Amino acid sequence: MERPFVEISGVAMRYGGVEGTLALQNATLSVGKGEFIAVVGPSGCGKSTLMKLVTGLWPATAGTLLVAGQEVDGPLSIAGMAFQNPTLLPWRNIIDNVMLPLEVVEPHRRQLRSQRAMYEARAQDLLKLVGLGGFDKKFPHELSGGMQQRASLCRALIHEPALLMLDEPFAALDIFTREDLWAVLQGVWMARKPTVILVTHDLREAAYLADRVLVMSSRPGRIIAERIVDLPRPRTLETTYKPEFVSLVHDLREHISAARKGEEVVHGQ
Amino acid sequence: MASDAALTATAPAPGTAAKAPADATMSPEALRRLQAMALAQRRRRRLQAWLPWLVIIGMFVIWEAGVRAFNVQQFVLPAPTAIAESMIKWWVPLLDNSWQTLMTTLIGFFLAVIFGLLLGVAIGSSSLLYHGLYPLLIGFNSVPKVAVVPILVIWFGIGTVPAVITAFMISFFPIVVNVATGIATVEPELRDVLRALGAKPSDIIRKVGLPRAMPYFFASLKIAITVAFVGSIIAETVAANKGIGHLMILASSRFDVPLVFAGLIVTAVMGVAMYVAAVAIENRTTGWAMRGQNDQQQVSVPGV
Ligand SMILES: Nc1ncnc2c1ncn2[C@@H]1O[C@H](COP(=O)(O)OP(=O)(O)OP(=O)(O)O)[C@@H](O)[C@H]1O
Ligand SMILES: [Mg+2]
Repeated sequence: MERPFVEISGVAMRYGGVEGTLALQNATLSVGKGEFIAVVGPSGCGKSTLMKLVTGLWPATAGTLLVAGQEVDGPLSIAGMAFQNPTLLPWRNIIDNVMLPLEVVEPHRRQLRSQRAMYEARAQDLLKLVGLGGFDKKFPHELSGGMQQRASLCRALIHEPALLMLDEPFAALDIFTREDLWAVLQGVWMARKPTVILVTHDLREAAYLADRVLVMSSRPGRIIAERIVDLPRPRTLETTYKPEFVSLVHDLREHISAARKGEEVVHGQ
Repeated sequence: MASDAALTATAPAPGTAAKAPADATMSPEALRRLQAMALAQRRRRRLQAWLPWLVIIGMFVIWEAGVRAFNVQQFVLPAPTAIAESMIKWWVPLLDNSWQTLMTTLIGFFLAVIFGLLLGVAIGSSSLLYHGLYPLLIGFNSVPKVAVVPILVIWFGIGTVPAVITAFMISFFPIVVNVATGIATVEPELRDVLRALGAKPSDIIRKVGLPRAMPYFFASLKIAITVAFVGSIIAETVAANKGIGHLMILASSRFDVPLVFAGLIVTAVMGVAMYVAAVAIENRTTGWAMRGQNDQQQVSVPGV
């Protein structure tokens, strides 16, 4: 068998020195190349922290992280990340924001000048795909929160990264737009097969999109359950009404409830 | 109107919503209200544009009236009309010397912009440099520049150079501090966007630090240009043979107080003109930071 693309073993993260918040403890998971996994867990359990460790934005306080067989010792350039907040640069219009990774990541950086038209068309296509066609020249503050989040998703996709890290990319959207974008994201994934780690609070979203769903415990977070989603692709909204799907979501919900009870026990100490 | 109703019924496609003008789907009444709002706003703008002139004219009128009413001696406080008379009489030396002062100030100011930007970027992006250099900068800025001018004269002799250097020294500090603050206070989230792409530190400064510092930089230019005038004129009054400061010293030694005031007014006019130019550049380049709040934005001239 091939080696996993992302290997995390025994990782811990404590913010702010020895006395600080222990956000993650003994987190172990691995993601195969081209696999789509979803991470669910109660709020504040360390999901965003996990994302930042995998992309090398923060160093872990313990454990090892390997991505593509290499130890993560600094920010990765093969990853595309959509942060929990849209974090668009306020002085750039939407299309320039979306094209930002092309100005940084090789080989696009070298080719951007000569093939600007091609890249611009790619950015426009992505914007249309998420329903932002015609907003390319607007500035972030002229867009709603959900629209900014969609633009930030485009920014994560534009350089076609091998590892796609999505931290609650659809949290600010209404259920209908969200379901549309599930199909969009599934389409992108099926076309190019990047490795995806998706953090979400929406269990239906996790079950719809992922090959495998990981459940995290409350803080300090670690993986307490794992469910393989064995449903054929492409999945549609119809799929979400199938009994297998419903029972999977139900099962995940119970795990989350258990995890949250665990949090109360911790508080009681 | 039937066609209006039909238009309102069909929701515009997401893509076209941005471009379609809002009035396409508007009832006549709503349109009228919108027009009334636009008119009120225009009126307000017009008043805002005229207000400074009214205030300035008002000040001169009160000044004139006060001087006449209390019969103030001309060598204590000349009336605006006397100042104007003096301006007309001495317009050639006034123009000559203010040109000299303007050039001196601008050279010093541009040097301050170049070095201020460089040092500001360096200090803002490295906390080591920040902590290492900041105390020295504060100390440097606390030194009264008048006290430095004689030293400059010893080094460079009487003339333009001490004035340029004084203008530079006095306008350098606000630029450094503002640029450094702009870069040092970049939101970590924005920095992370770049870092997550594997960007080099120089990329991060270019793509996040500098754009983010631009509003701070232009805000500092408004202060820097006005204090640069103060710097060059201070130096001219102490050690120069040209410039508006020199002219004022000559005039006051001859008790020609109207001419002194004429010099002051010319200086003020130059200061305001430069300030307005800085504001125009600022509005052009950093519109994103205003977020369409131009109505609330005030032109505040910092007191020096
Ligand atoms: N920069 C930071 N400095 C200090 N503590 C932090 C920092 N970021 C996160 N934490 C702490 O780490 C814990 C986990 O945070 P994290 O953002 O990873 O949670 P999360 O699982 O993403 O939550 P949510 O679902 O609400 O986004 C929290 O208790 C938080 O207080
Ligand atoms: Mg989070």
